[in-house]
Amino acid sequence: MRPLKTLKKLYDEESHIVITEKGSPPRVMFYGEDFWVEDLPVGTRVIFPRPPLEGVPNPKAAIRYAINHPHGMDPLHALLKPGMKVTIALDDISLPLPPMKLPDIRQTVCEIVLELLADSGVDDVHLVIANALHRRMTEAEMKRMVGEKIFDAYYPDRYYNHDAEDPEGIVELERTNHNEVVAINRRAAESDLVIYVNINLVPMDGGHKSVGTGLTNYESLRAHHNPQTIRDSASYMEPSKSQLHSSTERIGRVIDKSLKVFHIETTINNRMFEEPAGFLMKKEEDFTEFDRLKLQTFKYALSKMPRPMKRKALFNIFAPYEITGVFAGATEPTHEKTLEMSWKQYSVPVQGQSDIVIFGMPYVSPYNVNSILNPLLVQVMALGYLYNLNRGVPLVKKGGVIIITHPCYDEFDPDHHAPYIEFFNRCLTETRDAHVLSHKYEREFAKNPSYVHLYRKGNAYHGAHPFYMWYWGENGRQHVGKVIAAGAENNHVPAIMGWDRTDTLSEAIEDARGFMGRSASISFVHIPPIFQTDVRL
Amino acid sequence: MTSSKSPAGKAAFFDIDGTLISTNVVHAYGYYAMNEGSVKGIVGRSLSTLAQIPLFGALNLIDRKIFNEYFYRQYEGLTEDRLLTLSEDLFEDVVKPAIFKRAQDLIDEARRAGCRVVLVTGALDFTMKPLARHLGADDMVANRMQFVGGKATGKVIPPIIEGANKANVIREYCEANSISLMKSYAYTDSASDYAMLTVVGRPTAVNPDIRLRALARSYNWPILDVR
Repeated sequence: MRPLKTLKKLYDEESHIVITEKGSPPRVMFYGEDFWVEDLPVGTRVIFPRPPLEGVPNPKAAIRYAINHPHGMDPLHALLKPGMKVTIALDDISLPLPPMKLPDIRQTVCEIVLELLADSGVDDVHLVIANALHRRMTEAEMKRMVGEKIFDAYYPDRYYNHDAEDPEGIVELERTNHNEVVAINRRAAESDLVIYVNINLVPMDGGHKSVGTGLTNYESLRAHHNPQTIRDSASYMEPSKSQLHSSTERIGRVIDKSLKVFHIETTINNRMFEEPAGFLMKKEEDFTEFDRLKLQTFKYALSKMPRPMKRKALFNIFAPYEITGVFAGATEPTHEKTLEMSWKQYSVPVQGQSDIVIFGMPYVSPYNVNSILNPLLVQVMALGYLYNLNRGVPLVKKGGVIIITHPCYDEFDPDHHAPYIEFFNRCLTETRDAHVLSHKYEREFAKNPSYVHLYRKGNAYHGAHPFYMWYWGENGRQHVGKVIAAGAENNHVPAIMGWDRTDTLSEAIEDARGFMGRSASISFVHIPPIFQTDVRL
Repeated sequence: MTSSKSPAGKAAFFDIDGTLISTNVVHAYGYYAMNEGSVKGIVGRSLSTLAQIPLFGALNLIDRKIFNEYFYRQYEGLTEDRLLTLSEDLFEDVVKPAIFKRAQDLIDEARRAGCRVVLVTGALDFTMKPLARHLGADDMVANRMQFVGGKATGKVIPPIIEGANKANVIREYCEANSISLMKSYAYTDSASDYAMLTVVGRPTAVNPDIRLRALARSYNWPILDVR
């Protein structure tokens, strides 16, 4: 008889895997701004996330402890001198997803840090949102992120979005030994100390990527935001197997040589939904009658709403994330601790790959908070984020099929995603080859004065951003044999993407089986909340 | 042997009224009228302008070409040297304060993108020259008043720069300066400049009126606000 320890280990490792049987309940999955409730074929492996880790009981105490006990650096208070120039850089609205309930962690960290700075006689403090080529956050979003008190004290002169196109606002440092451009925000470069406040949702975030990517410009991003680097990354969620991270590390090391950067990294658990949407965090096997009632109510209400109203309603559901860890200090030792904690929450061990993998496609991605998940973002979610949520070995076999559930509507937000519209309609209809797109069009879009203006003065993503979205799917595109958009409401969007479409999930599975063989293995990735598969071969 | 090489240069063509500044041609003329020089001239021209504002508005809505022809008749009799002198004052007193706060940024961004900056306007050239200089434009295509014996005749030297003609002058400008139309940009606020937008490869609506906003949405042109 196996000892309890072994049995417990087996239970823990397997409890997130359920093999579909005849009596298994139907699975709830996102279909854009709606839900589908679908029966999956017998034998389908349903992979669930780990349950949320327990949050730290006192986040403020955890933050104070971290900045007083940093890794590889002196405590924050020991780095401060009266009259010094300090820049606090903050992750932007792309993290976390969905946006978290108040108070945002960044607010809590900033309140503590600003108090410490004031006590140390440091008055020259700017707060810069490290949005890189992402859209500028709006006033309301900025206020929500740091709270009214900080906003009123610092906005707009000392609390603002980074501007990668400000000709006076960027400083070039020395190049890396791979001749990569290292450019960063002038205010940060000229500060005596940069404090980076990070929220780590997935292992791709944080570390050298924070300053090196968040506070840089187009010329520097080109070093790693290109098709070849993405192709050469087994998964950009596993830093040790990612060329993207190798490049950001080289850039980050040059930055660390020139600047003093004190990182405050925070990890959160995966508690993305709570009541009345708490059923989304459960296995269907554990649903109560009340959960089923709530699900049907949600489904019905959403089905009666026009799409903009659905978005409004869904973006008003804020995640009750809890802080699971706060780590501070020098870039690499701090991020090592962050990754450890991140994997503890997000890494789910799985035995073997599947021929067919099904992803329910949610309404939100890092690039459409308070906006539309347009076709390009559906693509980046499918082949960029969801495909890459692994530790170097994809869940889907080489040449396998990915099925996504999304209407694939041809809708774009002209305020947030202006360059995406031209990219999708003009470039992608000409070629899907990321290298050709990169060489032929990327610079033209990046330098288009209208797009530069919309990025700098409006709330639009940079002209180069739609290209990054396409590159982001590059390793997924190279790996899979077919993508099927189940429930796509039109033919042309999947066609432009190079995908197949079906009306229903069952048809998509039939189509995929036709492609992979009748005995093809199927996995359904049960998101939300998100997680990362650690596939063992 | 003739070269078949396509033109490599690119330009950004900017309409002025409503796009870069908030004033218009009537406002500029009003300034000239108010500073005509004699009491009789000031009273006569100012009252006449005021009285005709509804007519100007109606003509502008019906046909920009007829409006221009009719409107520029008001200049008849004004002396060239006085208009040139007043244009500098007009710029300082009226035009400069009316420049939209982000207009200069947009022009600078176009220049950084390697574009030749060209203003294309239905206003009179002497009125807009100080603005072109101030904004750092490389060139300006504007209407030119005919002067005989140092006095304005009230007639504009053809072709009148408006509507479809803006597209023609842009095309001619590109041909003359080895500039690619496909690589060039056009910026305007009004649907009456539809032709100017469609002749280039990169049209953009700026502070658009309702009709242009709808057109821009239909054709997926970027929409900017520089106000």
